Amino acid sequence: MMYDLIVVGGGPAGLAAALAAKEKGLDSILIIERDSQLGGILNQCIHNGFGLHYFKEELTGPEYAGRFIKMLEGTGIKAMCDTMVLAVTQDKKIHCINPTDGYQVLEAKSIVLAMGCRERTRGAISIPGTRPAGVLTAGAAQRFVNIEGHMVGKRVVILGSGDIGLIMARRMTLEGAKVLACVELMPYSGGLQRNIVQCLNDFDIPLYLSHTITEIRGKNRVEGVTIAKVGPDRKPIEGTEIDFDCDTVLLSVGLIPENELTRNAGIDIDIRTNGVVVWENMETSVPGIFASGNVVHVHDLVDYVTGESQKAGRAAAEYVKQGMRSREHAISVNEGKDVGFIVPLKIHREAMDAEIFFRVRRIFETSAIVVKDGDKVLAHLKRAHMAPGEMERVKLSRSLLDAIEGDEITVYAEEVEE
Amino acid sequence: MYDVAIIGCGITGSACAYFLSKYSLKIAIIEKKNDVCCGTTRANSAIIHAGYDPIPGTLCAKYNVRGNLLTKEICKKLDVLCKEIGSLVLAFSDEEKETLKELYERGIKNGVPDMEIWDGDRIRREEPNVSENAVAALYAPTAAIVNPWEYGLAMAETAVRNGAELMLNSEVKSISKADGGWKIETGSGSVEAKYVINAAGVYTDIIHNMVADKSFEIIPNAGEYYLLDKCEGERVSHVIFQCPDKNGKGVLVAPTVHGNLIVGPNAVDSDRDDTATRTASLDFVRTSAVKSVPSINFRENIRNFTGVRANADTGDFVIGFAAENFLDLAGIKSPGLSAAPAIAEDAVRMLKEKGLELREKENFIDTRRHLRFNELSDEKKNEVIARNPLYGRVVCRCETITEGEIVDALASPIKPVSLDGVKRRAGTGMGRCQGGFCGPKVLEIIARSNNITFEDVLQDDTGSYILTGETKNGGAK
Repeated sequence: MMYDLIVVGGGPAGLAAALAAKEKGLDSILIIERDSQLGGILNQCIHNGFGLHYFKEELTGPEYAGRFIKMLEGTGIKAMCDTMVLAVTQDKKIHCINPTDGYQVLEAKSIVLAMGCRERTRGAISIPGTRPAGVLTAGAAQRFVNIEGHMVGKRVVILGSGDIGLIMARRMTLEGAKVLACVELMPYSGGLQRNIVQCLNDFDIPLYLSHTITEIRGKNRVEGVTIAKVGPDRKPIEGTEIDFDCDTVLLSVGLIPENELTRNAGIDIDIRTNGVVVWENMETSVPGIFASGNVVHVHDLVDYVTGESQKAGRAAAEYVKQGMRSREHAISVNEGKDVGFIVPLKIHREAMDAEIFFRVRRIFETSAIVVKDGDKVLAHLKRAHMAPGEMERVKLSRSLLDAIEGDEITVYAEEVEE
Repeated sequence: MYDVAIIGCGITGSACAYFLSKYSLKIAIIEKKNDVCCGTTRANSAIIHAGYDPIPGTLCAKYNVRGNLLTKEICKKLDVLCKEIGSLVLAFSDEEKETLKELYERGIKNGVPDMEIWDGDRIRREEPNVSENAVAALYAPTAAIVNPWEYGLAMAETAVRNGAELMLNSEVKSISKADGGWKIETGSGSVEAKYVINAAGVYTDIIHNMVADKSFEIIPNAGEYYLLDKCEGERVSHVIFQCPDKNGKGVLVAPTVHGNLIVGPNAVDSDRDDTATRTASLDFVRTSAVKSVPSINFRENIRNFTGVRANADTGDFVIGFAAENFLDLAGIKSPGLSAAPAIAEDAVRMLKEKGLELREKENFIDTRRHLRFNELSDEKKNEVIARNPLYGRVVCRCETITEGEIVDALASPIKPVSLDGVKRRAGTGMGRCQGGFCGPKVLEIIARSNNITFEDVLQDDTGSYILTGETKNGGAK
């Protein structure tokens, strides 16, 4: 059979995309999930803080996912769990396997890629030292603690101050472990400010900014680490070493969109971030294949994943019912100074509006986001504070889009006078 | 009383066990660790050398070329990944061109077939990512890449299936003369054997000194590596060497049989068990490697590791009787992985000369199958899932390893007790997430299969516990 839409991934992105496509009138929708249940990584995020923007209330990860899973009831959207997608092709065929149906090739009129992301590992940053047990990514530790109910260590040093690392600092502490330090290479945290306060400060866990681990010790199990201060070149400064006796090192050193399926399908990927290159309606370089959530860019809040994925679902419905949007006279979106990976990189001329997401590369106090069309300022938005740990969002209305004369716009971040 | 006891089950010990298990002999394999092939055999360049490098007349030269041939036969029989992709030694100057000639001459004397000298144009044609500064190369088509730990494991497994007894967690403490042979005291009991093979890798001198006067010394030497993700795996299609110098064969760049890119090693003196990585060494490896292949993207690194070479102070393999019916196979440095089966073959001959009676078994098992789900055709995939639904559940998403393959590994002749043991057999956790996603699931499958608690599942060797207890069960003091 030919599905209207197949969604690869049953986490928050996939769920929202499928529901939005259904609302826009698609009939046969299939969500394929590799785990035994829907919800994705939210299932292990048992802390609260989810849903403040979307539901206007504070939910845990499983509760947030649960609301969307409940919304599937009665929609006719099919979910196939315990199923791994092995390949996606440009002609919209999906090769997948599971224990009951074996190997099968499914066909769809449209596809939404929603595979999420994975954690960077020790290898990605080449931490020197021995290779004992007790060095885990924060997410793997989170799964052991929250899903399996097992502790991964007693005396913990956390490298990286990404949100999962911060959350795990608190979680391990609440479970009776001693978190000795959170060590961050950069001069600022990569996580949300609220997590620094609620997960480190509230538990008197010291945050060592501009520091890194220079050695892991221990033959079979971690016995200790050495950290050192780093200079502006991010190289350790001799003489600044501090030793910690610990049995566990948790890594929270960044997330990478999981795009092996995308790459093998020949869909454009940004080589710097490994994220899928998308248009304002979340369409990829291949018409009819869309992508949303952390597979495109790593989000700070799941609420934004939901919003973005609804856009992808609606666009898939539009594609199936009305055909593709014209790619002629497209508007390119460029990164200005101090602006990191931007989503989207392209805007269709016929778009009704466009939301631009990005992260700044450094801390900004009183500042502004400026969107320019050549020398012409399209938008000038004041910000009290901007940090790399938090996503920035700019909405361009139809009238602003109409005002664009050139074929590219640029987004800048800059300090302004009070 | 065993006929033969083999001390150490790395590549040399497992090759000896395999060759000896063809005969009606009572064989004991004594291994210190909780699994086989956990020393140098699992941390090396994974190359089967063609054999032009060793100086003619040395034992290294004698066993390398023969070993290259035997390795390919064995890997085919025992279903081990081994690909004959050929190697290039690059020359960056006229002086190094002379070195290539010398290597070529050595190769001829050592019996290496079909070598060629390539000019710069030919290099560029065959290997577009190799540096433009390379002016010539020695091409040796018989060089191969292999999965080294599966190679050793396959031979050890086959020996066990043919009746050899493997004693794990058995460190040799002392050896004494016994009536008609030797008595070996280990941490877990004693073993008596008429003949002993010392294949203890970086510890061969210590074992030797238990039965004879000191005659050589192992000078352990560490080499560090990068292993890059599969998107870098096609950066080169041959094993790319630089000209050897006094420190060895230098830093190489090569694809692995799993489709990754391996880069390394350096060479620094170290302790026998010191497999830590160091910033200075890794910096050296990176800087050296980009001389050969400038475009390597080290941001795609997924793992660093260190292997320790069992270099003997004699500069060559040390092969001979240390005492009556006590055979040293020591100093098995590079090209030890390539030479191992030839050394084992010769060891059997040497023991026979000393009176070991060799009667070939009629029912010798000389095959092995490893089901690699991801390599099957679509029809075959469906077939195996229909037979066993566990092949339809992918546990390791990076390497597409199914639960069926993990269960196979746990039921194999030498049962793994750790995540890394399963990794070495099934390939789980080898990929870009390094077991971050599949680790908890594999741990659960090991606990279930081996009927042990979660806390009893190890990462690797004894003491490498992963979990410290259940949640809300007390923490640090």
